[in-house]
Amino acid sequence: MTLAADILINAARQKPLPADLRQLENEAIGILREAAAEFSRPVLMYSVGKDSSVLLHLALKAFHPAKPPFPVLHIDTTWKFREMIAFRDATAKRVGIDLIVHTNQEGLARGINPIASGSALHTQVMKTEALKQALDQHGFDAAFGGARRDEEKSRAKERIFSIRGAGHMWNPRAQRPELWHLFNTRLRPGETMRVFPLSNWTELDVWRYIEHEGIEVVPLYFARERPVVQRGGTWIMVDDDRLPLEPGETPEIRRVRFRTLGCYPLSGAMESGAATIADIIAELRGAGVSERQGRLIDSDGEASMERKKREGYF
Amino acid sequence: MPDGAPIAPSPQGLLRFLTCGSVDDGKSTLIGRLLHESAAIHTDQMETLRRDSQRFGTTGEEIDFSLLLDGLEDERQQRITIDVAYRFFSTPRRSFIVADTPGHEQYTRNMATGASTADLAVLLVDARKGVLVQTRRHALIASLLGIRQIVLAVNKLDLVDFDRATFERIAHDFAAFAGPLGFAAVTAIPISARFGDNVTASSPRLPWYSGPTLLGHLESVELGDAAAAPFRFPVQWVNRPNLDFRGFAGTVAAGSIAVGDPLLAMGSDRSTRVKEIVTFDGNLDRAGPGDAVTLTVADEIDVSRGDLLVDPAARAEYADQFAAHLIWFQDEHLVPGRSYWLKLGAKTVLASVTTLKHRIDINTGGHDAARTLELNEIGFCNLSTNAPIAFDPYAKSHETGAFILIDRYTNETAGAGMIAFALHRASNIEWQALTIGPGERARQKGQQSAILWFTGLSGAGKSTIANRLDRKLHELGRHTMLLDGDNVRHGLNRDLGFTDTDRVENIRRAAEVARLMGEAGLIVITAFISPFRADRRMAREIASPHAFLEVFVDTPLEECQRRDPKGLYARAVAGAIPNFTGIDSPYEAPEDAELRLETVGADADALADRIIDELRQRHIIG
Repeated sequence: MTLAADILINAARQKPLPADLRQLENEAIGILREAAAEFSRPVLMYSVGKDSSVLLHLALKAFHPAKPPFPVLHIDTTWKFREMIAFRDATAKRVGIDLIVHTNQEGLARGINPIASGSALHTQVMKTEALKQALDQHGFDAAFGGARRDEEKSRAKERIFSIRGAGHMWNPRAQRPELWHLFNTRLRPGETMRVFPLSNWTELDVWRYIEHEGIEVVPLYFARERPVVQRGGTWIMVDDDRLPLEPGETPEIRRVRFRTLGCYPLSGAMESGAATIADIIAELRGAGVSERQGRLIDSDGEASMERKKREGYF
Repeated sequence: MPDGAPIAPSPQGLLRFLTCGSVDDGKSTLIGRLLHESAAIHTDQMETLRRDSQRFGTTGEEIDFSLLLDGLEDERQQRITIDVAYRFFSTPRRSFIVADTPGHEQYTRNMATGASTADLAVLLVDARKGVLVQTRRHALIASLLGIRQIVLAVNKLDLVDFDRATFERIAHDFAAFAGPLGFAAVTAIPISARFGDNVTASSPRLPWYSGPTLLGHLESVELGDAAAAPFRFPVQWVNRPNLDFRGFAGTVAAGSIAVGDPLLAMGSDRSTRVKEIVTFDGNLDRAGPGDAVTLTVADEIDVSRGDLLVDPAARAEYADQFAAHLIWFQDEHLVPGRSYWLKLGAKTVLASVTTLKHRIDINTGGHDAARTLELNEIGFCNLSTNAPIAFDPYAKSHETGAFILIDRYTNETAGAGMIAFALHRASNIEWQALTIGPGERARQKGQQSAILWFTGLSGAGKSTIANRLDRKLHELGRHTMLLDGDNVRHGLNRDLGFTDTDRVENIRRAAEVARLMGEAGLIVITAFISPFRADRRMAREIASPHAFLEVFVDTPLEECQRRDPKGLYARAVAGAIPNFTGIDSPYEAPEDAELRLETVGADADALADRIIDELRQRHIIG
């Protein structure tokens, strides 16, 4: 590359990243490289959400000009929003990365679904078990995830490199101390590692970074008129005709957006006018409600996230 | 900071700090207040907190902020905090990551973990109690971990009527103690975390205090300029997407670098210049501390993961021995002489503690004589690595002077260290090349050198089988030597006892002797209990390049006790022999021995013949 081209590219970056985001970006890139160097078969867990989008973007940065030396894995419960699946496939094509989609076929055959089976069983079989199946089938020894410590209390104490024993179980009492940027990556047979490069990011950091870097995210994050029904104090989107309506329930059109995305019958929408990233950031600065509140699976019971993690959930 | 404030531009970047305090100093209340007042706690979390406070809380009707911080189910039920938790908040001026470390069990380990990435430590003191032993302990650990900025938050000032003299006495006491600890700055700030005085806003109840609020200080404190240090770049990943591009990816550990600057690879001592500083967003002219970049260089030099690129005018240390502070994390105590994995930067080597100089009393800073380090103890020791590594003293550069030790069997992180200085003794002794090459002496004898390492409980039959084997090989015209554990302890190793440390040294010496005999072309048979896997692995490494066959003489403990040829078990059970393997010291059975001989119901001659068959199959003997 010529010097003139360099200057042009540098000049094209009108707004340099704020110092705190630069530090978080550097840290995440270091973690991605370390795991890629230390594990024989890593994989990036891609949930199609905003955190996954940031994670994928960081992976492209970490190994540039090479492609990330690992594939991307999506656990498809078959109940994701249709827009998520379309976005996933378009992203894989645009980025040119190897995408693996896995569904728990056995769970599907058993008819497990979020409506009849309930959120706890659905999550257990179609997410946790499915993930474990995929990791085992492909022999992945490390999986990157987009989890952040600010999401939930048990995550605040999880390591960046989080070891999983046989059956992918997390044992919070047997975590390895993590000092400096020195990560103990050694595994015994049967053990695997979950790696969380965004551990130290907050929800606000993620959105500010998406804005600065111009990262594409699923349109469901932006407020738009959508068909919804009100259930348990939150808005559930009628994404397709599989959602059985309760007596007296008729879908209405509301201007809503999603703060967090998962299976559509389990993801609550919020009424909002935030149609752009800048709107979302402004909304967050004033928000009184935490992000996971729209997630029905977290309220399955006290300490439910910790229990799911112990069972092998991300 | 109020809701609806403009987007935090965080012009000052990120400040990572650590909070430490004793059980009732009000640490959780302080963090809860900082989070609350910076709007980092959401209403649904506040609602949960309010409910939890009524259910588990210890503060009566008030919100118990400690419940917000105790994340794990075990902790909430037992009302203890077992680990380090990280909290996040930001103001328009700066973003913060708080490492909250509990004041209970595992204290040293948790505080060291939180301190390792912290720029600053907030030490909480109860104004009624003043500087306590714990305060000194926190200051000492912060100092060891290289934290340069200390805030002494004198809390609960409301309980001493906001008395100026009390605050000043505590600040003075602490300054006197902290003087020798080498902090760049100690800032004492009077607060009441419970009522919010001087935490985020100055308080009319402290008219005599004119300094900053706690948050004001955290927002504005200047950190040292890491860019001024000599350039250090540990190579994390060699990026080679095609034949035209070869870049070294890593994070600048210290200093800065510009295109055209000279570079030197430690170890190979090859130098070159920076050609490009590559990033996804285009090439840079310059990179500074913490930047994750990819460097391409002007010349073809051999660089791989773990190598350290430095400024040729300010080289790093390069040695295989150094002195370091070591913090022990494992339930199993440190065994000097045992080999552990050592990870420093992106480099992993084998290392052992050669000398434990002293243990540090973390309450007084005093030095105690010690033979080992237990969980949560800190010592100063010499370490030796199996190959030279590049590093800096920790005081000069944290990223290139810190390491962790990893247990080779359990893979636990066994300890963390901070290098004090290089020891250059080893580099003064060069290896002398021998004129007769490896293998020549063995070929002259018509055999291959080999080491047959017998292991098993006392009374398992090691010596009996080893002697039969030795005799048979001798009669076959083979050149052998038998090293028996008991015999070696009468001579070469008569200074050693039976502690874990002495057992390691016993095995190390035996392995070195076996290696020399192997170089003489002999088939060496050793008979040592050698109870620890880690030590047998060490023997195998010392003995390479010779063929090494681990021979597990497998006899159940009950059978050994029944045989008890030397009457040792009877004495050990009676308590007359401490640390006796199988009785009060463990035997770790091999999992992947080349040969496993079950002796119950077997004949010693037949077992010796099995070994000879194995030697033939491996072409060690014809």
